[in-house]
Amino acid sequence: MLLALISAPAHAVSTADHGKFKELQGPFESGPEVTRACIKCHTEAAKQIHKTNHWTWEFLNPDNKQRLGKKNILNNFCITPQSNFAYCTACHVGYGWKDDTFDFTSEENVDCLVCHDTTGNYSKPPGSAGNPKEGIDLAYVAQNIGKTSRDTCGACHFFGGGGNGVKHGDMDDSLAVPPRKLDVHMDAVGADFTCATCHKSINHDVAGSRYTPMASDTEDYHIHRRDYNEKNNAHCRACHGNAPHKKEDKSRLNHHARKIACQTCHIPTIARGGIATRMTWDWSTAGKLDHNGEPLQERVEGNLVYHGKRGSFTYAENAKPEYIWFNGKVKYQLLDEKLVPNEDGYVLINEFFGSQDDGKSRIWPVKVFRGVQPYDPERETLVVPHTTGINEDAYWKNFDWKKAITAGMLSAGQPFSGKVDFIKTQMSWPINHMVAPAKDAVGCDECHSKNGRLKDIKGIYIPGRDASNILDTAGWSIALLTLVGVTLHGIGRVISYFWSKR
Amino acid sequence: MSTKVMIFKRFERFWHWSQAALIIVLLMSGFEIHGSYKLLGFENAVTLHRAVAWSLVTLWVFAIFWHFITGEWKQYIPTLQKVDAMVRYYLLGIFIRAPHPFRPTVLKKHNPLQRLAYLFLWVVISPLIWITGWAYLFYAKWQVWGLDQYLTLEEVAFFHALGAFMMLVFLIAHLYLITTGRTVMSHMKAMITGWEDIDPGAKES
Repeated sequence: MLLALISAPAHAVSTADHGKFKELQGPFESGPEVTRACIKCHTEAAKQIHKTNHWTWEFLNPDNKQRLGKKNILNNFCITPQSNFAYCTACHVGYGWKDDTFDFTSEENVDCLVCHDTTGNYSKPPGSAGNPKEGIDLAYVAQNIGKTSRDTCGACHFFGGGGNGVKHGDMDDSLAVPPRKLDVHMDAVGADFTCATCHKSINHDVAGSRYTPMASDTEDYHIHRRDYNEKNNAHCRACHGNAPHKKEDKSRLNHHARKIACQTCHIPTIARGGIATRMTWDWSTAGKLDHNGEPLQERVEGNLVYHGKRGSFTYAENAKPEYIWFNGKVKYQLLDEKLVPNEDGYVLINEFFGSQDDGKSRIWPVKVFRGVQPYDPERETLVVPHTTGINEDAYWKNFDWKKAITAGMLSAGQPFSGKVDFIKTQMSWPINHMVAPAKDAVGCDECHSKNGRLKDIKGIYIPGRDASNILDTAGWSIALLTLVGVTLHGIGRVISYFWSKR
Repeated sequence: MSTKVMIFKRFERFWHWSQAALIIVLLMSGFEIHGSYKLLGFENAVTLHRAVAWSLVTLWVFAIFWHFITGEWKQYIPTLQKVDAMVRYYLLGIFIRAPHPFRPTVLKKHNPLQRLAYLFLWVVISPLIWITGWAYLFYAKWQVWGLDQYLTLEEVAFFHALGAFMMLVFLIAHLYLITTGRTVMSHMKAMITGWEDIDPGAKES
């Protein structure tokens, strides 16, 4: 099956040349105009999109009934699209979502091109509510549509958090045309997987979820998602099975794979493609302007480390992730929930659960992103700041947190005390991409050693990391005493030998 | 002229020296796996430790066979006779150049303290190491064999390391005791050539 996947051309030649369709001759004045043409033939496409997260930005977690999705959750990057939709919906698969009035039932508002463009000419700038950039020849784009690609998915997913590689750590535009050592599957001159090779869709619903990830599937090889009854969480084992280490001398690793996610060893470092990923974001320092009244900006080695609109940042490149027990259960800190910082003073915006003995967890690599962001110290909740836009309330216009948060919370329908302070927050991002060739996998020593990668993983005995202190102290002491004893005995014999010779 | 007796036959010497080398390599690689120091790296240390352990198992198959066929196993039957004399010799006699209280013969090649020490080695230290070592080697099979309900890796590793420390202490003492024969080199010579010099009047060479 793997061979079949590899030998399949990345862009299968279609039996239809869309350039010959009279419906697509254009000219098109707007996105919806194109979509009206598309759905004349693809009658179900927009209806299918309407049911997906890509459209609704909403997700009900079946485990804990939390209402999640991009529309509802907060993060510690740009914080939230709420009250900022016109800006953030540049990454929505639709046209015109600028506020609550957006019609989610409209078929023509579905943006087909953003995922199916093959020309590279199509783009959606922030601030235009998801409408395409002015001046694009939409007819040309429409006539050349095709399957999704690393470029189309990457147009949004490589740039999460507001910039190239900012958010995930394992995704940035180095994956558009990656070399083999960066990603063994997406290798542009090798297997050349697209995102959809693993994230296979049915009826436009794309497999894989950050909200309810499959952290420890035990199912062996399975056919990759022919219909909804075949689960697919876009994970490694669908193709590689549960005993993926075939060489005799590596078979012990199959046993490791029961406790350790594939990614832990096979993604040795994140941000490996030459693009740094952001590690911290401190909103509390935002607001510094230069003498022209423009936000200050500072770069170090090409990375933005300060921006007056957003605060201070730090970065990491080719960095080791952190490791946790993870069973796929995630709880979010939602807007209406009281903040409970952990012992280090961080509010966990998304808390990952797992332990060695729940039978469902594996050791996973995560990028932990730490931030400082505004909150309501009186109500002890996170807040929605209205950052974007050109109105008086927008933080990026007026640099007044109180105004921005008042407007944001009003828009979100949540109470706000009027007081603003900053609090440390933390998010975890599971690492799945930038899978290295086997020879570059994490070596044994890196965990089987004191202060290795898994130094903070509790509940298991790792040879080389763990040993009984009592036994070691006693053992070495007795060995040393024996050595001292026999040495003294020997010295005694030498002395007595010379004494007797006198 | 001194009288010479063939104490250690060819196989026995081969067994002893190859076992010595294997045990030293096992101790070194084992303590690296244990996390005591870094030399080869964990993966190489494990590979080496496993290979050498199986070599030692093979050697032991032959050694056990040899012991039973030749009846040499009787050399390890413990005795308390002259134990006090041996203790007195090590504590006092050796310093005043008193005669060695034990005279090795083909039938009794080990002094009574040696017998006790080797018996302890064969019936306590070695089984401890082998049993825990095999459990360790086959950790991946525990679940299939149903052992995972009774054993934890931590316990197995603990007792395996305990055995290793006992072996280390044995080795240190053993290396020193080589020099406590009739002469400093007589034990060593016996184990190399097989011939033990049993003339009580022999001086240090």
